[in-house]
Amino acid sequence: MVTNITNLGRSGLSDWMIQRVSAVILAFYALFIVLYLLFNPGLDYAAWSGLFSQTWMRIFSLLAFVSLAAHAWIGLWTVTTDYLKPTAIRVGVQILVILSIFVFLVWGIQVLWGA
Amino acid sequence: MSNLQVSLYRYNPETDSAPYMENFEVDTQGRDVMVLDVLHMMKEQDNGLAYRRSCREGVCGSDGMNMNGKNGLACITPLSEVVKDDRLVLRPLPGLPVIRDLVVDMALFYKQYERIEPYLQNDQPAPAIERLQSPEERDKLDGLYECILCACCSTACPSFWWNPDKFVGPAGLLQSYRFLVDSRDTATQERLAELEDPFSVFRCRGIMNCVAVCPKGLNPTRAIGKIREMLLANAT
Amino acid sequence: MSNMRSLTFDAIIIGGGGAGMRAALELAKSGKKTAVLSKVFPTRSHTVSAQGGITCAIASADPNDDWRWHMYDTVKGSDYIADQDAAEYMCSEGPKAVFELEHMGLPFSRFDNGRIYQRPFGGQSKNFGEGGQATRTCAAADRTGHALLHTLYQNNLKNNTTFLNEWYAVDLVKNADGDVVGCIAMDIESGEVVHVKAKATVLATGGAGRIYASTTNALINTGDGIGMALRAGFPMQDMEMWQFHPTGIYGAGTLVTEGCRGEGGYLINKDGERFMERYAPNAKDLAGRDVVARSMVMEILEGRGCGEKGDHVLLKLDHLGEEVLGKRLPGIVELSKTFAHVDPANEPIPVVPTCHYMMGGIPTNVHGQAIMQDGDGNDQIINGLFACGEAACVSVHGANRLGGNSLLDLVVFGRAAGMYIEGALNEGIEYLDASESDVETAMKRITRWNASSDGETVPELKRALQDIMQTSFGVFREEDNMQKGVAQLAELRERIAGAYLPDKSNTFNTARVEALELDNLMEVAEATAIAALERKESRGAHSRYDYPDRDDVNWLKHSMYFPLEKRLGKRDVNFAPRTVDVFEPKIRTY
Repeated sequence: MVTNITNLGRSGLSDWMIQRVSAVILAFYALFIVLYLLFNPGLDYAAWSGLFSQTWMRIFSLLAFVSLAAHAWIGLWTVTTDYLKPTAIRVGVQILVILSIFVFLVWGIQVLWGA
Repeated sequence: MSNLQVSLYRYNPETDSAPYMENFEVDTQGRDVMVLDVLHMMKEQDNGLAYRRSCREGVCGSDGMNMNGKNGLACITPLSEVVKDDRLVLRPLPGLPVIRDLVVDMALFYKQYERIEPYLQNDQPAPAIERLQSPEERDKLDGLYECILCACCSTACPSFWWNPDKFVGPAGLLQSYRFLVDSRDTATQERLAELEDPFSVFRCRGIMNCVAVCPKGLNPTRAIGKIREMLLANAT
Repeated sequence: MSNMRSLTFDAIIIGGGGAGMRAALELAKSGKKTAVLSKVFPTRSHTVSAQGGITCAIASADPNDDWRWHMYDTVKGSDYIADQDAAEYMCSEGPKAVFELEHMGLPFSRFDNGRIYQRPFGGQSKNFGEGGQATRTCAAADRTGHALLHTLYQNNLKNNTTFLNEWYAVDLVKNADGDVVGCIAMDIESGEVVHVKAKATVLATGGAGRIYASTTNALINTGDGIGMALRAGFPMQDMEMWQFHPTGIYGAGTLVTEGCRGEGGYLINKDGERFMERYAPNAKDLAGRDVVARSMVMEILEGRGCGEKGDHVLLKLDHLGEEVLGKRLPGIVELSKTFAHVDPANEPIPVVPTCHYMMGGIPTNVHGQAIMQDGDGNDQIINGLFACGEAACVSVHGANRLGGNSLLDLVVFGRAAGMYIEGALNEGIEYLDASESDVETAMKRITRWNASSDGETVPELKRALQDIMQTSFGVFREEDNMQKGVAQLAELRERIAGAYLPDKSNTFNTARVEALELDNLMEVAEATAIAALERKESRGAHSRYDYPDRDDVNWLKHSMYFPLEKRLGKRDVNFAPRTVDVFEPKIRTY
């Protein structure tokens, strides 16, 4: 077994599972947004804001954001381990990526629940 | 009929500072010979040309190489299958260190094969005759045990190029599944435990290069999918 | 040579095919310091090409099968010059060896009851030839050799055998007493030449089919062990006995298993006639291989051959149906599509008898100990030297090997050699060390090639050798033609002695390996030629126009070729099995 400490689930199986589940959630979320836009031509700020003020939409969106964060981390972690061979560079990029994801996630939560 | 133009990857560490492509002209007398036959003709022109070969009928796996961009066995690849515009480009299998000309260092490939413990493990005492196995159970080994370890698949796999020390690769995983699915093997749990990390199996992205090049028509991607299913069933 | 590196093992096994790896496995399990030295990665050895199966009375297809029947068939097949103690050992120990392989994981095909699948092969009978065709060849589809070789490699990995892969053994090292104490070997990747010291040296180097222009054998089958033993002055046994397999693919030489005929395929001539019915009314297409090969050549010579040149016959399989072909003969379907451009489900495969197997080799006893003769013609053990597999002549195949018996020979006698060496090592072996001049003697020919500066090149000389053998020592032989062949070989030996190796680099120099192989081909060819010329009778695979009959008065004997005098002597055949009555020579019909 190959050991490693920087991936999310500490197991290829759980990473693989998270990747697939998060992909399904993101697909539903994306589909929902697209359909919503199609069925609401001439959408204005009030309607859009109204949608996001409902609790179920906030939970749904948060789920999508968390999924996106996990999905991005697993995907980018894989890319770094494929292409970045020098350890210092690889770990550096990994830290940068995880910080960015963390910032975006917190920011997203703030946008959703903050107001 | 014009002669066949062959562009060949050359490298001899004793004399060359870097690899280069050398052009040969080979008179095949218009016959549709195998690529290995062309190599024999070239070796008569240049004694120093190095490549591996043994059975010359596609069962020993010695002469895996890259022919006009695609991995395969030189001995069972007729010119008509690869040559375009009377040109043939021969390179060593990609992704492994080159020892000389078309001879690559396969140590990493073999190491990954050894890592999956490619031998039957059974903790029960052996009976006086053979262990019984139904034809249906035996059928599950078809498409798996026939692997000839030519490395065409693993060296066509980007995941193996990037992580040959960590990703088992299609050839090793095909053999891993051959033992996982053998009704006579009792080490299933131990075998699966060795595979659940993010590299050994899960670096497979399912691009199926391995399937496209396997000279024996085997399907490592399907075997890898089956291993994932077994891991999932085992862990949920 | 004092700066040469040396490696020391209890046992060095030269050759990583089925026999070598089976011997190694036995020794590795016993904890002896063992190494397998192989010029190719072990799974590239020629055992991998064996297709049809391993013949053994495991009583699966027929619960009443008996190893004594198998022994009878083997002795009859050999035209009565198999040693009956050896055939007895092989056939009676066989089931144990086959079950061991199954326990190691060999993926045999299966019957519905879960037992190992067996198919009929040529020369097999029940009840000592009285009970009709037997079904005795254990198979893993038509890839039995591949399955067997990989299984043995895998189990050697499991038992931590040391492998010297892509190392080439150059010559044996003999000490002042004439004992074999190791070899000189070259690491092909680096070109480094090393002195390998061992208390037991096992030659498991396989056959030498590449002495013929047309052969089913791999390109690596160059008789390296035979060459080494001959150069060391040791005799060879029954070297005139070369099996021509009836069904090599016409033009390509690749093998099509006898299992095709075992599954119900048959040979036809240009009139579509199943001609084997005329030559072997009972066994038909499943007569001995020598009989079938001769019949095919007769058909061709009498103008009933197929194709534009009328120089081959056809193997008909289409009546078996795609399902049987796909399940039992999938490799054959692939091979005939690739090499004959024919789909056997629709069209017959063009085939021709093709050199396939060397029945002769290094004479050994059932423990794999190599044998020479003392001044009075008595057997004498060569200390330190062992042989098993195709390189050895135990002899279980005599003048003609039965299909499926080669794989059994490998595992039974590889195992036997391993067991014997383990016992001998436990009792303690001490031989005199090799002196510096002993090592230098073994270095002689590699030194010569490295110093060569001008002369003919290896490929042209190899082709000349193969043409001589093909022309003068083929399926049918006769005096004048063989005389000519022997003279041509003598001349060729001179040319090879002055041949030139242009590439003297060290890294993976395959040209040097091929040059060293050429020396071995030369040794094997000459031994074959002289033995064939001197055996003045027809027996098994050795058929002479000028001596068409078997001569039991003079030639119910092994031939022994002595390389130093280039002389052919004789050695008694063993007619003293331990547990069964002897099989007396009879007229051999199928």
